[in-house]
Order: sequence, then C-alpha cells, then structure tokens
Amino acid sequence: MSKHIWVIAEKRKGTFHSSTYELLGKAREIAKKIPDALVACVTLTNRSLTPEMREKLSEQGSDVILNIINEKFERFDYLTYLKALESIAEKFNPEIILAPATTTGRTIMPALAASLKTGLTADCTGLDIDNDGNLLQTRPAIGGNIMATIKTPNHRPQMATIRPKTFNPLTEKYSKTAIYHEIIPILDISDKTKLIEFKEISEDQKSIQDSEVVFSGGKGLRKPENLEILKDLAKLVGGAVGASRPLVDSKWIGHENQVGLSGHTVKPKIYIAAGISGAVQHVAGMQTSDIIIAINKDVNAPIFDYSDIGLVGDAAEILEMLHRALKNIKEEIPDA
Amino acid sequence: MRIAVLVKQVPDTDLVKLDPETGTMIRENTGNIINPLDLHAIEAALRIKEFMSSETDIVAFSMGPPVAEVALREAIAMGVNDAYLISDRRFAGADTLATATVLSKALEEFGPFDLVLAGEKAVDGETGQVGPEVGAILDLPVLSYVAKIVEFTEKSIIIEREVEDGKEIWESRLPCLLTLTKEVNEPRLPTLNMKKKARRVKIKTLNCDSLKIDETTVGLKGSPTRVAKITTPKIARNAVIYEGKELEEGIWKVIELLKPYLEENHE
Repeated sequence: MSKHIWVIAEKRKGTFHSSTYELLGKAREIAKKIPDALVACVTLTNRSLTPEMREKLSEQGSDVILNIINEKFERFDYLTYLKALESIAEKFNPEIILAPATTTGRTIMPALAASLKTGLTADCTGLDIDNDGNLLQTRPAIGGNIMATIKTPNHRPQMATIRPKTFNPLTEKYSKTAIYHEIIPILDISDKTKLIEFKEISEDQKSIQDSEVVFSGGKGLRKPENLEILKDLAKLVGGAVGASRPLVDSKWIGHENQVGLSGHTVKPKIYIAAGISGAVQHVAGMQTSDIIIAINKDVNAPIFDYSDIGLVGDAAEILEMLHRALKNIKEEIPDA
Repeated sequence: MRIAVLVKQVPDTDLVKLDPETGTMIRENTGNIINPLDLHAIEAALRIKEFMSSETDIVAFSMGPPVAEVALREAIAMGVNDAYLISDRRFAGADTLATATVLSKALEEFGPFDLVLAGEKAVDGETGQVGPEVGAILDLPVLSYVAKIVEFTEKSIIIEREVEDGKEIWESRLPCLLTLTKEVNEPRLPTLNMKKKARRVKIKTLNCDSLKIDETTVGLKGSPTRVAKITTPKIARNAVIYEGKELEEGIWKVIELLKPYLEENHE
C-alpha cells in the first residue's frame, strides 16, 4: 500500500491560502525519498471543490485530493475538524501529516496528534527524510542560535506544523492529474460549541506576510513616536510594518505586526530591520527574505550577520533620511 | 464551579545571555519565573471567580522539576486556591504528548473541572501544543487563541478568538478548555500580603505513583518524538557594512532598492 503524505489545506475566502501550495511543494520534494509515496491534499469544505480548485491543487503537486465535506466547515470548527480528521486518518493511515502553523493548524494538529497518540513538531523550518525513512523535522530551538532536528521513529503518522512562507511552491506544474475523492464522514458531533459571529478584518490592513517590503522596528527606535517614520516609509512604498517582540511586549504596536518565532514569519523581497539587535527568535521569522537590510548603531549587533546590507547609525535618523529622499523622488515622478 | 489552570515554570529570558564564543544560551543564573502567558490564564480564572455568585475554586497544576514550585507560588500569590506540583525524575525528557498525558491524569484525579485554562504557549519551548493535547486527551472542546471572554454562566461560556482573517465569537458548553493570548486581560500584581502568604504555603506534590500513571507513557519513554541532532546554523549572509563616511553611500544603495516600489505605488 502506498504511503500517504498529507497536506492539510487551509482556506481563505473560497480559495486556498498560499501555505497550502508551499506545503504541497515541499511534500513533493520529500515524496521522492519515500517509496510508493503519494501526496494527498486534505481539504475540509462545506461543498464539492470546483474543477478550478481541483486543477489548482493538482498542478501544485497533489496525487490525491481528499475532500472531506461537512456543513460546519465554512470556518474552522474544532470538534468537527478533529473528529473528521481522526476518522479518515484511521482509515488511510498516513505516514506523514503536514499543516501550516496558523491558528487553525496549531490548534487542530496537537489535538489530532494526542488523539492518534503520536508526536508533533511545531513551527518547522526544514523537513527531510533520513535513510530509515523517518521525517526529519527541524525547528529553531529556544534561547540560542540552535536548530533542533526532531524525528518520530516509532510512531505514525509523523506530524509537523510549518510556518507559512517557509517553503516555496512548485516552480513547474505537476504533470499528473490528482484523483479527486469526496468523503462525507458520519460524525457523532454534539453541538457543544457554536460559532456565533465572524468579524472580518478590513482588507486595507495589509498583512505583513503578504507584503513585498517590510519595515520592522526594534528597541533601537528608542521611542514609540519613531514608529511613525516606519509607517510613513511603508506607506510610501506600499509595504508593511513589522516589529520585534520587545516592541509588542511594551505595547508600542500590536501582536499582528510581530515578526519572529512568537509572531509571524515573513519572506518579503526586501526586509528592513531598524534598531533590531537580531535575537535568534526574530531572525527565525525573517531569514528567508530575499534582501535583508539592517540598521543599527552597534556595529557588533548580531543582526548584521544575517543581513546583505548593514547601515551603522541611529535607526530613527537613518529612517528619517530614507523617508526624505524617497519622498523627494516620488514627487519628481511625473504623473502617468 | 471549579477551574483548573495549567502553568509552567520557564527561565527568565530577559536574563538569558548568549555565549559570545559558541552562540549558545547560558542557562545558569537565569532565574525561574512563571510563563508570562500563564499569568493571563490565572487572571482570567480570578475574574470569573469574582463574577460568579456561587463558590468557585481555582486549582493550578504544573509539571516540572522541584524548582517549578516558584511558578505555583506566584499563582497562589495572585489568588488561586490550591496548587499542585507534579514532579518526578521519570518525567524527564518529556515531549508535549508525554507532558499532556501527565497533566491530563492530574486533572482527572482532582477533577472534574468546569473549565481548564492555559496560556497560548510557553515562552521557552513556544510549541503551544500542550493545551490542545490536554483538551484532546480529556475529550474537551478546545477554544484556542482566546482574546476576550465575553460572557460566562454556570453552564456555558462565550469567547472571542483572534484568527488570521478576523475575530470569531464562539459559544461553548462547559466543560471546555481555553488557551489564552495576552490580549485577554491585564494580569494583577500580587499584594505584599498575598506574596507573604504564598511564601509560607506548602505546595502539594504529586508523582508518577500517586497519580497511578503507567511509567511507559511518561518522560522520554512516553515521548514519540526524539531529538535527532542539534546544530548551530551557519550564517548565510555577508553584509556589506556602511558606517561613518560611507554611511551615505549605503543609504543611497537602499534608496535604489526601494525606488521601484515607489513607482509601482505611485497613483
């Protein structure tokens, strides 16, 4: 029997979140090292998938699409998700289950792992297969510049959550057409929980995970007012504002802006770290950015080790200079 | 009404220093504190107690080495009624599942509880797995990332969860398990009197035998995951550093990089 590598898909507004494609891309890579491996994309929806959605999951690397249908899957419903995943996991015996480390993945995966009495590794940044066919799950370990590689030698499935923006989707379309399989599980769900309301956040609040340019600030900005320069700069180039943990802890800015292990992982084209010293927890959340620019007055700050360009000086002053110059340039651009 | 709060003792990360030679954490003399997010769970329990007309008992549980007593004393100083330290050498090397197994057993032994509260995650391991794992083992509905407790009765709770695309309001019948974020409340500071009292309290301890737990399900033996290796990652980038007289040149380099986005964004 072929071994299943499951990717738990995540939905956003009738389509799939980019993390689904990132995990499919990685799953295809590790599937090469497991004999007879099949990549199955597990979707939990309240209706059949459209042909377009199936095609998309197929070309992104799925061999099989397991669409589990339940009316409660409009949004993440803990009890129904858990019972549904538990029942199909027992049926298909997957070798590996991967899910994005989102609020959904980080809730359902531990519960599922406990139900299946197996291991789970949170927030992996690397996945590989060793010679014995075990999944190697690498994650930053706390406190030092350390990466821990975890495996689950004697239990199946092997489970991991992966931060969005960690891996890349396939660059070329997967050539096979995925088999589409619909499952309507009969679940014994009491109505212990009920979604009363969903308040969507406004679209103009551009998420730091979707921005091509991210300006992040740290304690080196010295005072909350200096965050305004970051915001102005972000506005000017259509970017987003990030922050290191100390700023969030001191309530200068909300948790939704936090970059790092306990915040978001970002992978923009350009990441600017202003007044951030470069604790490993922060670096873990931004190190896969294309270009990293560090601004810090301490030339020995660890952040420079993770950067392509380092500017040594007062963060607020340098940001001020950048802002002035860019604003001038913008004003010179003739209207199209 | 009975509320259980799960707490963890963690090293005080503010005091953690990195070894300049090896880049690893120096753990000595870091001090032990209660996991900061757990303070929000304790505060939530205390506020519910204050609003309930009936008698409410709050019991804190912590699995850890004897030093984890520190975390439980902090919980008592804030106002929890009772605290149990679950400590045993056989628990050493436990991963999140083995930890959740022990905590669940203690909750069963001293339960039933109407509500189980936990911080969203601990600041040292940052896995956030133990809460939902305990919930699954005890077959309780889990409401995670709770940022607000909206309403509370003897039989049900209404909460607000913060998720990526917005806020969800859920109602759950009791019993259930909540994991709380720091948005949920502002934890109180213990009074001097309470601190004194907490210092004198004898913390009750439990172990593998008193909880009648199967030894093979705890500690390293009961942990499905194994650390295969620890590496110190190579630094992948070589920054071109601009300082002093060259700083301006560097700033222009950055401006050049950002310029294309300016035009794109030009309306």
